[in-house]
Amino acid sequence: MTETVAAPGLSAGTALARPKVRRARIRGKWPVLVLFLPPALLLFTVFVILPMGEAAWYSFYNWNGYGLPTQWIGWKNYELIFRQGAFRNALVNNGLIILVSICIQVPLALWLATMVTKHIKGATFFRLIFFLPYVLADVAAGMIWRFVYDGEFGLVANIYHMMGLNAPFWLADKNAAFSAVLGVIVWKYFGFHMMLFIAGLQAIDKSVLEAADIDGATGWQKFRQVTLPLLGSTVRLSVFFAVIGSLQLFDMIMPLTGGGPSNSTQTLVTFLYSFGVMRMQVGFGSAVGVVLFVICVTLAFSYKRIFMKND
Amino acid sequence: MNLVFGRLSRRSLVLALSAVALASTVSDAAAQSTIKWLHLESNPDRLATWQEIAANYEAEHPDVKIEFQFLENEAFKAKLPTLLQSNDAPSMFYTWGGGVLKAQTETGAIRDITAAMDADNGAWRNAVSPAAVDGLSIDGKVWAAPVQSGLVSFFYNKALFEQAGVDANGIKTWTDFTAAVQKLKDAGITPIAGGGGDKWPIHFFWSYLAMRELGKDGFDAAKAGEGFQGEGFVKASQMLADLGAMEPFQEGYLGATWPDTQAVFADGRAAMVLSFENTATPQNQANAATDGKGLAEDAIGRFAFPLVDGGAGVVTDDFGGLNGWVVTTNAPPETEDFIHYMTVENAGLLAEKNNILPTALGSDASVKDPSLADSAAQMAKATWHQNYLDQDLGPNVGRVVNDMSVELVSGQVTPEDALQQVQDAFSMEM
Repeated sequence: MTETVAAPGLSAGTALARPKVRRARIRGKWPVLVLFLPPALLLFTVFVILPMGEAAWYSFYNWNGYGLPTQWIGWKNYELIFRQGAFRNALVNNGLIILVSICIQVPLALWLATMVTKHIKGATFFRLIFFLPYVLADVAAGMIWRFVYDGEFGLVANIYHMMGLNAPFWLADKNAAFSAVLGVIVWKYFGFHMMLFIAGLQAIDKSVLEAADIDGATGWQKFRQVTLPLLGSTVRLSVFFAVIGSLQLFDMIMPLTGGGPSNSTQTLVTFLYSFGVMRMQVGFGSAVGVVLFVICVTLAFSYKRIFMKND
Repeated sequence: MNLVFGRLSRRSLVLALSAVALASTVSDAAAQSTIKWLHLESNPDRLATWQEIAANYEAEHPDVKIEFQFLENEAFKAKLPTLLQSNDAPSMFYTWGGGVLKAQTETGAIRDITAAMDADNGAWRNAVSPAAVDGLSIDGKVWAAPVQSGLVSFFYNKALFEQAGVDANGIKTWTDFTAAVQKLKDAGITPIAGGGGDKWPIHFFWSYLAMRELGKDGFDAAKAGEGFQGEGFVKASQMLADLGAMEPFQEGYLGATWPDTQAVFADGRAAMVLSFENTATPQNQANAATDGKGLAEDAIGRFAFPLVDGGAGVVTDDFGGLNGWVVTTNAPPETEDFIHYMTVENAGLLAEKNNILPTALGSDASVKDPSLADSAAQMAKATWHQNYLDQDLGPNVGRVVNDMSVELVSGQVTPEDALQQVQDAFSMEM
């Protein structure tokens, strides 16, 4: 009330005073700006903006990385990208990773998180166990699973042999290889999402759940009506990380399958590496980088705009 | 402002002076040149031989210092383009020849060694296998000093061949070969160890088939611009696809890396492998086998890649690696002399201690290992030495060839489509 009463009286004065205040404020900030902005701006420009600009520039050349790019070929690199079956495979695979993350990984992580936050014996121990795969380096995980899937000496092979069956070579079968890779991805990253959910669950006010108890809600009702809505922002964050993680996936694939057989396990980044870097097609690789950048920015911003605007 | 500038200039003057002073003291103190030798050798025994050679050279030339620089294989390939264009460029570095070497010649970062090779009435040139010099020459200039070459051929497990009743000496043509494959299969033996995961082991098959089909002239014409869609290439690709349809490889070969493949052969799980000249050496067998021992050297036989019916190629057309040393533009003038010292004068030592097949003529007598000597004997009769296609055709076309070899053998692509893809990549380079 007092504010509304006071406002009309002040309005004339503030209207006059405001530019002065703002100017004063900005003047006060100048030293800070001059002192602190340039280093950050310089670093950002040199290590982020410039390379991005360079990649965009290279992407219009047929260039192998030696000397300076001279052979301008316009949009040809981009045309070539979209004509590559391997690129389409990579796009589909990235989509599949996101889908599996949302449909399997996130629910699994959520379920396990609700289990290990209960006060039962060994909960902390299991929390640690579930989190361990995430701590492992991606390359190490790839190599371990390459061995696990090996049809001759691997763990899977031994299980099959014990049952008197012929072991499959999943990583050598182009129809099965990517499913095997998806298995490893879920195994590797569910712990990370679980940790996010544990943090989210711990932030939920216990009294709300107690109130639901008093109202006679069942376990499922409590989860569906109370926990899940309150975890909304965590779920959205978790899915966001899954999307970004899918687009960055590289170092686990390389030791596991190297993108093969028949490019059936390429992701966008392994495609960039195999077709751009390894083939010394720096121009083409840069074009793939630009496409990847556009996809990332579009996904990240639209996701934030649509799903995370209230978080 | 003036004050600042004044101070700056005075400071920079001092800096410049001290730099000049420093530079002069360095050149005074040593008056020597440093050869920076960039290599990828991770085997300590082999490196020891090089260090011995370098030390001997330094002893004979007190004004020269040799500095070793190491980069791991993949790091070397990734870093070299930038390194060559920087002030830290090495004086000499390793090369596999082919398209990468060609790309390097176009940058002005490396110098051709034609003059050094032709000095003293071509003393150096005449001491080295002409096929090797030819293989590292581009447009009539020698761009790298050959040091060693290799030979890819079939190695077979004598016991398994006997078990299946196959006579290796009888395998002269591709038809003989496929018959042997069938015989081995009938006997319940996996005929060939294949590395489809790494892809390049399969490109050996495609390369050899194309070489046998087209011969040197046909192949050179293709590389010179005729392209890869001619009848000979279609036939070779079809033969590879037909071989794949017989399912001659171990189970899961499409995921197998090269070490996996070598293990399959060394463990006796497959009867043959199309592989490098050092396959049968005890050292390689021990490295490759699961039990750390592998097959005994005399339990392994070798035969040259068979001829194809009606093909223009001959059995003495060899396929294998070719390596050399490249000199960079700003390298000290002694670099060529040192490379000559190492690759020609010490070729015998390298052959004996490092188990390589030197390109220097007359050094094959120093090859002690019997299976290596066998390969060396075949190479001495070479009518044509073709470098690995994934080197020779450059990294882009080369990798498409690797990809397509695997796609062909696994029946994922028709010969026409595969060759179209090779041609597409090839036309981008032209």
